[in-house]
Amino acid sequence: MPVNKPITSQLNSLRTGPDERGHFGIHGGRFVAETLMPLMLELEKAYNHVKTDPQFQEELDYYLRHYVGRPSPLWHARRLSETLGGAQIYLKREELNHTGSHKLNNVMGQILLARRMGKTRIVAETGAGQHGVATATVCALFGLDCEIYMGATDVERQKPNVFRMHLLGAKVHPVTAGAGTLKDAMNEAMRDWVANVENTYFLVGTVAGPHPYPAMVRDFQSVIGTEAREQIQEQTGRLPDAVIAAIGGGSNAMGIFHPFLDDADVPLYGVEAAGLGLDSGKTAASIARGRPGVLHGNRTYLLQDEHGQITEAHSISAGLDYPGIGPEHSWLKDIGRVNYVSATDDQALDAFQTLTRLEGIIPALESAHAVAHAIVMASTMTRDQTIIVNLSGRGDKDVPTVAAHLGVKL
Amino acid sequence: MSRIKTCFDRLKKEGRGALLPYLEAFDPDRETSLALLRQMPEAGADLIEVGVPFSDPSADGPTIQLAARRGLKAGATLKGTLELIQDFRRENDHTPIILMGYYNPIDSYGVERFCKDARSAGVDGLIVVDLPPEESEELAPHARAEGLDMITLTAPTTPDDRLKTILRKASGFVYHVSITGITGTRSATEEQLKAAMTRLRAATDLPVVAGFGISTPEQARTASRISDGAVVASAIIKEMAATYDEHGHATARSIPTALEKIRSLARAVRS
Repeated sequence: MPVNKPITSQLNSLRTGPDERGHFGIHGGRFVAETLMPLMLELEKAYNHVKTDPQFQEELDYYLRHYVGRPSPLWHARRLSETLGGAQIYLKREELNHTGSHKLNNVMGQILLARRMGKTRIVAETGAGQHGVATATVCALFGLDCEIYMGATDVERQKPNVFRMHLLGAKVHPVTAGAGTLKDAMNEAMRDWVANVENTYFLVGTVAGPHPYPAMVRDFQSVIGTEAREQIQEQTGRLPDAVIAAIGGGSNAMGIFHPFLDDADVPLYGVEAAGLGLDSGKTAASIARGRPGVLHGNRTYLLQDEHGQITEAHSISAGLDYPGIGPEHSWLKDIGRVNYVSATDDQALDAFQTLTRLEGIIPALESAHAVAHAIVMASTMTRDQTIIVNLSGRGDKDVPTVAAHLGVKL
Repeated sequence: MSRIKTCFDRLKKEGRGALLPYLEAFDPDRETSLALLRQMPEAGADLIEVGVPFSDPSADGPTIQLAARRGLKAGATLKGTLELIQDFRRENDHTPIILMGYYNPIDSYGVERFCKDARSAGVDGLIVVDLPPEESEELAPHARAEGLDMITLTAPTTPDDRLKTILRKASGFVYHVSITGITGTRSATEEQLKAAMTRLRAATDLPVVAGFGISTPEQARTASRISDGAVVASAIIKEMAATYDEHGHATARSIPTALEKIRSLARAVRS
């Protein structure tokens, strides 16, 4: 018998946030310039409307099924599990979505909303390029102008994705400010938006930014956890003993965690990118090494110096290279519902190769951080226990980076 | 009476609008920015905006982004900026100083302690770009307790009903962001500014100044006549930055260049 706890009718549910002003505990909120504030209120209103509109949900379901390719499978990684000799590892195969990552779940939802709001021009930030590619894809599908902001460093290390965006008809703007990574791309996308508010929709790629983005992106990504929660019960007859996901801004993690939040017996693990090590000064672990502050429209854990200046993050994975994290994660950390751990660049590289060899699945370097933690955990657990790992993206885009780190010239 | 109110009352009697030049603290070093700050009133600054450098100035265009970066490189902090203003106040007790910046350094400093220190350093008003009225209750009570004006920002996108709500809590003056965009890029037309002022006058009795995209003396004159004052930031910084040497350091021409720009703006505003 599947253990099916009611998840919607609990009085003390952890799934009801944020409050009406977008706060998750002390985190979240709407810290934006006045020019953008009326837009945030308009977006919130529009989103609240479609959230309960059956026609919108029907339209979204149609595209998720026939274009994105949902539901995604839950794969029992037998060889990996046997090799580690501990818990059974199940991979939620988000890398099989169209465009190769979980990003399209959110993008599809927001693009349908943008169309309803009559917006004709889309701007987006991207780190690894997965969100940029997903955004460029739906803009091609619906014939909308698409401007992608991407740090110059990331443009360099994610060339295949940059070319994909060009092919899809998007304009990619390399951002040279700062370290040329995701944080700088986010600043520049906000600058574009504020200058083009009339016709432009800012399609945020993660569960961060001003309210309602964190809640909206989470809702669109929750399809991952909703499916996984059903699939694991179908396959094993019960809920998992752990759910693991990698965290940059935290959208794939929020998406898989949210439907499990009220399952008190299911431990959840968010894996931050430790980079060269938590205390190396070259890390992206904002929960482990940051403190609450305000950036990009929300209060959340941030990597910052003692004066409140934001510091540069570092990770081998461009998608995790961000000094902040979504505000709902910060709250889940404060209340202790989710365990936030980390994996280094080297651990991610090892996991990348291990999963490729043992399961024939090349994971994105982002997802490899989650796999790395599963490898650590599985061997401490028993064979009848289960772990779900969110395999958020495919690793083709990372092949040149990995080759370079392994000293292979392509 | 506050320096801000005294200043606008005096300008009203003179029958002209205010000139509010902007200076980025520690750009390109502490000494230069303090020297410039001290000479700005004599060059024609009625009120002065002092920018606090921040690592992620997402509402600013390239000119102020670079100024912030130079300031940070020169060691700017919020504390250091307050000390700069304290030094300025040793010689000047009448020119209002408005601190302009982003919220995180203030949040990190601690809002209560910050307001106390800002007051004792001689700051008169605060503009916190990314702290809209919806979030400002974290800071506003402490600012009020110290007699600091929280300057409310309005934008072309602010609807009339919202204007009325957010201006109810405003004090000091109102800063109208005259374009939808970032600093130092495009400019509002005279018609756009006039239309905005009609909406603003209906919502507040406070002085209203216009900023963003005001760079030439002509634009400053027009803006200060339609509204109660013109903020000029990027244009001054840009001309001054053009005098820096290849390492981004100030030269003998730097301060005179900035002051000449301010003088030309002041002449236009007073003509």
